[in-house]
Amino acid sequence: MAETLKNFGFGEDETMLRDSAAKFFADHCSADKIHALVAADHHIDRENQCHWDQSLWQQIVELGWTAVCVPEAAGGIGMPVVAAVALAEQVGKAAFPSPLLATFNATLVLNACSSDAATKALIDIAAGKATTLAVTNQQGSWNSSDTDVQVSDGKLTGTAYFVQEARKCDQLVVSAKTTEGVGLYLVDTAATGVEVVPDAIIDLTRDQAHVAFSGVTAIELARPGTGNKAIDTALPAILSILSADMVGAGEWLLQTTVEYAKTRIQFDRPLGFFQAVKHPLVNVMLDIDRAKSLAYSAACAVDTGDEEAEKLARMAKSQAGDMAVFSASRAVQFHGGIGFTWECFVHLFFKRQMHSQVLFGDARYHRSRLADLMIGKAA
Amino acid sequence: MSEAQKDTQDQAEFRSQCQEWLEKNHPGRPDVKIPQGALELSDPKALGWLQKWQKSAYDAGLIGCDYPVEVGGGGKTDCQAIANQEMQRAKTPYLPNIIGMGMAAPTIFFHARDDVKAELLPGLLSGEEIWCQGFSEPGAGSDLANQQTFAERDGDNWVINGHKVWTSLAHFASWMILLCRTDKADKYNGLSYFVVPIKSALGNGVTVRPLIKMTGETGFNEVLFENLVVPDRYRLDEVGAGWKVAMTTLSHERGAGPLVTPSSGGMTVEQGEGVSTGSVASLIELAKRQQRDGKPAADDAVIRDELMKLAIRQEAMRQNSRRAAVPALVDHPARIPLQGKLVATEFNQDLSELSYQIEGAASSLGVTDPQAAAGGQWQLAYMNSFGVTIAAGANEVQRNILGERVLGMPKSK
Repeated sequence: MAETLKNFGFGEDETMLRDSAAKFFADHCSADKIHALVAADHHIDRENQCHWDQSLWQQIVELGWTAVCVPEAAGGIGMPVVAAVALAEQVGKAAFPSPLLATFNATLVLNACSSDAATKALIDIAAGKATTLAVTNQQGSWNSSDTDVQVSDGKLTGTAYFVQEARKCDQLVVSAKTTEGVGLYLVDTAATGVEVVPDAIIDLTRDQAHVAFSGVTAIELARPGTGNKAIDTALPAILSILSADMVGAGEWLLQTTVEYAKTRIQFDRPLGFFQAVKHPLVNVMLDIDRAKSLAYSAACAVDTGDEEAEKLARMAKSQAGDMAVFSASRAVQFHGGIGFTWECFVHLFFKRQMHSQVLFGDARYHRSRLADLMIGKAA
Repeated sequence: MSEAQKDTQDQAEFRSQCQEWLEKNHPGRPDVKIPQGALELSDPKALGWLQKWQKSAYDAGLIGCDYPVEVGGGGKTDCQAIANQEMQRAKTPYLPNIIGMGMAAPTIFFHARDDVKAELLPGLLSGEEIWCQGFSEPGAGSDLANQQTFAERDGDNWVINGHKVWTSLAHFASWMILLCRTDKADKYNGLSYFVVPIKSALGNGVTVRPLIKMTGETGFNEVLFENLVVPDRYRLDEVGAGWKVAMTTLSHERGAGPLVTPSSGGMTVEQGEGVSTGSVASLIELAKRQQRDGKPAADDAVIRDELMKLAIRQEAMRQNSRRAAVPALVDHPARIPLQGKLVATEFNQDLSELSYQIEGAASSLGVTDPQAAAGGQWQLAYMNSFGVTIAAGANEVQRNILGERVLGMPKSK
């Protein structure tokens, strides 16, 4: 019987980490700074560039954030997943462009591999090597057994798609097929035979690429037949962290729109006086709170080995997905004409939310998986 | 960490006393049909059975534990929540004097004269005297301050005239908490708050008439006052302070007041074919039994999606109340508590509404039809769900409150 923590395991250390992250982002990453960094070029046919502040990333590495989920044995801090969730919430609230969450995802998958190579990779992450997962096929399948990369004689061939933050990362955790099933492999992004082809993505605060491998020598992290299981093991934590990012972004959208509704005067009154504006914003708040409580409870379930973890995590991501769309759409709508323009910062968060809602499965996808868990498979 | 591990020594002792008593004194299965909740009580026998349970729990010290001994309480600190947990764990019946304990008792405790507290609280906490609430009027629903019932001073007495509606439990009540007007010139500062006798004044200034709900059930009432004479000692707080006193009532009703309301429960009340309504699990069971074009409704992709939306909302309510107790994870202390009523009542409404689509044609059948699925209880629950999305401040008003108090948007009035 798993232990249920009353406070989600969110103690003093987690609070300190979260508060220092909130301060860091308030000091360095106001929305206007992020906008100036990633949205300087508005042209729809702009060149596909990767904009991020590497000096801030260095500070984050020095603060030890990349080591949060790395076990102490591998040189990390070994904090619970709720700590990563709390950090992710702040990352989302700042729409911060960085490989931090991609690195968390890779870390969680590596934690589920039991190999010396995985431990070595974790040590490098703790030391600041940004790492991302390359585990999705061209169809965007979230099934951990699906990949368009093959491995033979320790060499990778094929292409991984929808790789998050690929241009910001030093190494890749790649899923690849053999005749004995899916294994996981570590590759340096800069290795010979690796081609990172940027996707023209809409979300300005992230980058995404497909990565082609042409006979690339790779280090085995998880044996064939065990790689998909490692991804499945990590999935509840990954979903919790992503949901928390969406909660943070949702809260920014809510607070920013509420502020606007308090100050923008139409018909001689502030917009927020009108219930046609006030009530939907309250509904956004209800949706955010649901997603937030589910994300923290899912993370806590992972940390305590609770068998409900998968269910709670799918609930969190489903709720976060619907909330992301709703918070983003209401923010643009209630900002009115200005909300529809490039100069209004809302579009940064709108696009981040729309991207996040489909990553690792959209709301309906997870409800379908949940139904299998809670009702049983349909005949 | 379990609840028990956080107890102080006094609390731990009290908890084991509760456990010991409950083990020996659970009332067992009722010999009368008990409705889903106290507000649906219409059979005096069902009320009597539940009153007997409340009295025995009161005598054992499980009810009113945090009230001082002088007013009929247990004189303990922070023990009511423990008694509630243990009664819930022991799957006891619910307590019938729900309005008395949840709203009247804290209001009396914080605003009445000492002799009035000592006179009224023991019978209230023991459940021997049932209480009702006289707030709503034909012209004062969501706009609560628009009270027209008028109390006019006459020496040491007040003479009350007016009309209260949607008054749950008035047909059994000995007493009422009454909000009314004492000054017609000032909307908010012209209100005063009284406790007034009902049962003893029937035919002598008080008339209680049942109102029939859209379901055809009774359960609530209208109460008419014609020159009811009430001694001044039954006034709570100052003349003109009625709105302030009413806020004490409402904060406790929303679970946000300083005193924990005694509550028991957990005993499943069998109805119809032994089905319960109100949870996603029970609706899933229904969906597995009901056919949709020859296949279980639970296999229909759209029905499954709708069921899972509700499952997520149900789990989120549970996790929200867990998070509300972690100050580091809430931005505003009232943000989650003020959502409670709104979120729970809309969940119940949407849950029972989905039952129509799961039952299909059979959802047309009422509770008396032998062919009705699940005894027709889901359709009845859907109709009854509007009682609570409207009562205690319609959910539209709850959204105003959240938008104004938590998000800080300008008042919509």
